[in-house]
Amino acid sequence: MIVAENLSKRFGDFLAVDRIDFQVSAGEVLALLGPNGAGKTTTIRMLTAILRPTTGKARLAGYDVVEQADQVRASVGVLNEQHGLYGRMSAHEYLDFFGQIYRLDIERRQQRIRGLLESFGLYEHRHRRIGQFSKGMRQKLALARTLLHEPPVLILDEPTSAMDPESASLVRRSIRSLRSAERSIIICTHNLAEAEDLADQIAIVRGGRIIAKGTPSELKLALLGPAEFEITLDEELQEPLPALPKGARLTSYSPHWLRYQTADPARINSVVIQALLAQGLRVITLREVPRSLEQVYFQAVSSQHELEM
Amino acid sequence: MLENLRPAWIVTRRELKDQFRDWRIIIPLVLLALVFPGLVDFAAGQLVDFIKGYGANIFADRLIPFMLMVVGFFPVSISLAIALESFVGEKERGSIEPLLTSPLTDVQIYVGKLAAALAPPLLASTLAVIVYLVGINFQLDWRPPGILLVQILLLTLVQGIVMVSGAVIISSQTTSVKAANLLAAFVIIPMAFLIQGEAVVMFWARYSVLWWIIAGQVVIAALLIRSGISYFNREELLGRELDSLNFRWGWRVFVEAFSGGEKTPLAWYRRVVAPAVQRMRAPILAMCLALAMGIWAGAGEASEFALPTEVLNLNNLDQGFINGLDAIRFFSVSGVGTVWIHNLRAILLATLAGFFSFGVLGVLVLMMPLMLVGYFMANTAAAGLSPLVFLGALVAPHGLFEIPAIVLAGAAIMHLGGTLLAPSHGRSIGEAWLRSFADWAKIVVGLVVPLLLAAAFVEVLLTPRVAVWLLGG
Repeated sequence: MIVAENLSKRFGDFLAVDRIDFQVSAGEVLALLGPNGAGKTTTIRMLTAILRPTTGKARLAGYDVVEQADQVRASVGVLNEQHGLYGRMSAHEYLDFFGQIYRLDIERRQQRIRGLLESFGLYEHRHRRIGQFSKGMRQKLALARTLLHEPPVLILDEPTSAMDPESASLVRRSIRSLRSAERSIIICTHNLAEAEDLADQIAIVRGGRIIAKGTPSELKLALLGPAEFEITLDEELQEPLPALPKGARLTSYSPHWLRYQTADPARINSVVIQALLAQGLRVITLREVPRSLEQVYFQAVSSQHELEM
Repeated sequence: MLENLRPAWIVTRRELKDQFRDWRIIIPLVLLALVFPGLVDFAAGQLVDFIKGYGANIFADRLIPFMLMVVGFFPVSISLAIALESFVGEKERGSIEPLLTSPLTDVQIYVGKLAAALAPPLLASTLAVIVYLVGINFQLDWRPPGILLVQILLLTLVQGIVMVSGAVIISSQTTSVKAANLLAAFVIIPMAFLIQGEAVVMFWARYSVLWWIIAGQVVIAALLIRSGISYFNREELLGRELDSLNFRWGWRVFVEAFSGGEKTPLAWYRRVVAPAVQRMRAPILAMCLALAMGIWAGAGEASEFALPTEVLNLNNLDQGFINGLDAIRFFSVSGVGTVWIHNLRAILLATLAGFFSFGVLGVLVLMMPLMLVGYFMANTAAAGLSPLVFLGALVAPHGLFEIPAIVLAGAAIMHLGGTLLAPSHGRSIGEAWLRSFADWAKIVVGLVVPLLLAAAFVEVLLTPRVAVWLLGG
């Protein structure tokens, strides 16, 4: 479990992180989103006991990041934005080095190294110098290092950047299986589709503060309003437009379709269709207009307010 | 203890493996360990024959041990480049971050890297010494005294440690190898001075002085390691925005520290200069001891380089004697302004010298006048006269102002030079140095400049009269 309470970090006059609060339970994924310089990396560095918070508290896997920094570092696997690989080492040597640092005994080390290299498709390349690896292979190797000591907490900064679609899908599958294995995971990413796909909670950070936080559907509701539906018609709409029942708000239309928002689609959608039919209009389709996390993100980043679900 | 060092050894082993795969490190080391000593052997043989041909046998005899020192030093100088690459290079490539998020402690990472940066150059250095000695023995049948060999090996070891521990501090203040290479001047320049000093000692053949040089470097290495451990921590390494020169910020820090926000000179003296002097109690004490040592060292030289007694006929003080003292800048019979400017120039030169030598050369420069005092006092005593009369007649009047000025300036230089050696908790080295520089400026502007002005007045207008009056010329 990860808990951050009122966490702040100041560098001289610059407040990099300003009273951040969140909680990530076991088996949950939190996506930290935000523009570059928003304070995500500083937050991660505080959570991983690299930087000391100026104010506030944080606990990882039950350990305090200030008082029990060594235990925190032993309980967390961090995939950094820069892979931090050693080009003159082989993949096996690299993982073996970190296995020793994490004090895995030789038998367990070799077993974990083999298992991880195989699952990421790197086993045949285990004796090749990392300097000869492609960007995607390096990213997979860095991820393997992160998982080597089976930490209960994972912090992944851009886990699929520079990967081909196949490798990215493999990594996403790994993250899902890690979530199922009751690990607490934080992902920092600029890939909003990936965040929506993997995260249970989203936190959008701007200027060192969390400006929006909640599940993807909660954020969509709060920032984009109620769900939007589109009805396509068999014939052209004539002015004046048909009146929609109470609880549905017309948002846009063209001669062959109309869109409306409603907070209660289970009840309102059938009422709208009945109303249109009653006016002699024939309905071809009814569908929910898809709304992406990208829209939520831009709405949140451009908004002056803070939202918390 | 051993359990704590085991993770450091894991880091060392990885780094060593990495270095032995890097041709940019291996090729120079192999050349300096195996090829360079052979060339030096050949050159030494040729030079010795050539020099002996002109009868300068003493020079030839001292050339061989000197070459031994050079052969040992060259490979170890690479440790600086390795250390910069190991510390700041990892930071630049981002490979330090996985180490920092691991359970390794800061000290374990530091010790592991320090050992790895030292081991290959020291190995190469030892190998180079062996190759040189085998060659020179074969060629000239020369074997070093055991003590000298131990001294050279110790000297090489401590020089390596000083360079590597200095490189760590530099690395902690930069985020790129390029910037670190520029800042490496703070290690290279003092080391170059030191090597020149060692060269003088080797040709002078006062090998006992080497023990002092070794001891001095052990102290510096210990201070640098202490600071290095303090700077090499996660917060310092990743929590600072470095490499960007911010002149406006630098100027603001300096002005704030210098003025202390005080508006009147009196308040400035009371609330800014006085606390700065308080902070320098230890350097002031050290400077007093250094000056006392200067007097003692100067007196020691009098037995070897005695002045003819007729020169020291203080009872018949004439213009020739005064001019003689003036010629060696002991005191001046020129104008007040000239004396004042000359002394200020000496303080500035000492500061500049101290800037690149952790303050050491600055203190040495300021010790010189007192060495001369000691030398003349001892010569006066040797001539059967009272050294106190000499002191009272020719030193005390202006020395009353000049010696405190020297003590204060020396303390400020020591304090400034020591900034690089002392951990500056919660501040970057840049900020700590700017504040020390502001302290130096406070002392110099507020105390040293007025004291030297007073000294110049007394030296020109009063001291000659006191001398004539006291010595009855």
